[in-house]
Amino acid sequence: MLPPAALLLADTRLPAGGHAHSQGLEAAAAAGEVHDLPSLRAYTLGRLWTTGLTTAAMAAATLRACSAEGGADWAGLDAEAGARIASPVLRDVSRRLGRQLLRAATAAWPDPVLDGLAAALPGGAHHPVALGAAGAAAGLDDHAVAVCAGYLSVTEATGAAVRLLGLDPYGVARLVAGLLDEVEAAADEAAAPRALADLPCPSSPRLDAGAQDHATWEVRLFAS
Amino acid sequence: MIATAPAPPRAGTSRLRAEVRIVAEADGRGGTRFAVLRGAAPVSLRPTPDGLHLVASAAGPLGGDVVAIDVRVGADAALTVRTAAASLALPGRDGAPSAVTVTAEVGPGGSLRWLPEPLVAVAGCRHTASATVRLADGATLVWRDEVMLGRHGEPPGDVVTRLAVDVAGRPLTRHELRAGPSAPGWDGPGALGPCRAAGSLLVAGPGHRAGEPAVLSPTAATLPLDGPATLTTATAPDAPTLRRLLDTAHRPPR
Repeated sequence: MLPPAALLLADTRLPAGGHAHSQGLEAAAAAGEVHDLPSLRAYTLGRLWTTGLTTAAMAAATLRACSAEGGADWAGLDAEAGARIASPVLRDVSRRLGRQLLRAATAAWPDPVLDGLAAALPGGAHHPVALGAAGAAAGLDDHAVAVCAGYLSVTEATGAAVRLLGLDPYGVARLVAGLLDEVEAAADEAAAPRALADLPCPSSPRLDAGAQDHATWEVRLFAS
Repeated sequence: MIATAPAPPRAGTSRLRAEVRIVAEADGRGGTRFAVLRGAAPVSLRPTPDGLHLVASAAGPLGGDVVAIDVRVGADAALTVRTAAASLALPGRDGAPSAVTVTAEVGPGGSLRWLPEPLVAVAGCRHTASATVRLADGATLVWRDEVMLGRHGEPPGDVVTRLAVDVAGRPLTRHELRAGPSAPGWDGPGALGPCRAAGSLLVAGPGHRAGEPAVLSPTAATLPLDGPATLTTATAPDAPTLRRLLDTAHRPPR
């Protein structure tokens, strides 16, 4: 069972900054690659099983590390997370979202784990590391935080699609509901314990190139 | 008339377990010599002026095959590894997965250039090509991965390529590409897109200047990493276009 705290952690209304980011959808929509519900589904599915899975696996591993004797190796986790993000633009986005999430999580679930993270990484942690720490503070287990990561990967993209493309919100709700089994399956793979270096880390070359290009636009609705 | 029987296909039971070992050392006169050069069927090793060639002496990798390649490049030694031809990841009879795993270490001042021809992920294959590279401070690495997603006119089997590189014990990159029926959405706009070829080129080392990120095409970019390294990732409609995109980005470290 997913504990209620997961609902808040995966809620785009938690002031963690995610609403300002389209998960690459603004670039994909401008390129004409996402323009209707079927193409949105294909986009979201590919994103979930690449960067969504990578984020979920790092968040789950971070959550497990929080209960390690002597505490988590925050710098080591952060370096592993950064090594999974090839695009410099997306590394910056990840740090910004990590800082915002840590702030929101500290407000919602004050916890020595979050204080420890903030002290160890004064410049802020990458988003998956902050998400794992927030999950630990909220009392989730590694699978639950992986579900949150996968769900956010889906809903941030589909939410942006409603705003950018004016898609039928009922159709988008059906699309998201149809992807929940995929979210669960991705979380299953993400939460399987492994050494950090061996965690799944699929990447999306299109999202990397799209994010670099998007960052150069003069006018855009979303930060990434 | 006596018909000549075609060579029998390798039976499902003849799975290959191969361990290949390569140790290159500085020879003290500015060159490099091989301290160990041990091939194992199906991989034989041919030193040439252009680099060390890995030559596959059997079709494959075939489902069930497991090939481990261990490479050591000592301090101040330089090694270039190539393959004679594209390799074909083929399905086995019983659906068993195949794997080629490379473990490499490069010492200070050493250089490893890993420049194989593409891997072709034939329909029905289940193949993982995984590399773990540990660089000492001051070591240089050029690493190319290219995958053709199926032969002409066929969809690819399941293929995963993975590159994990550490520099002086710190993670530099963890980069994985997945394609095929077990990778949901892989050919959609959120992952690789409708391409026939995908790949990456990592250039890392002290002489390398990362420079500015560059978007080479809507599906290719040169991306400076945290560290003295650049990763170029690309998808393309065919192998020559992919190679061109990756070569464009390659500025050999001095």
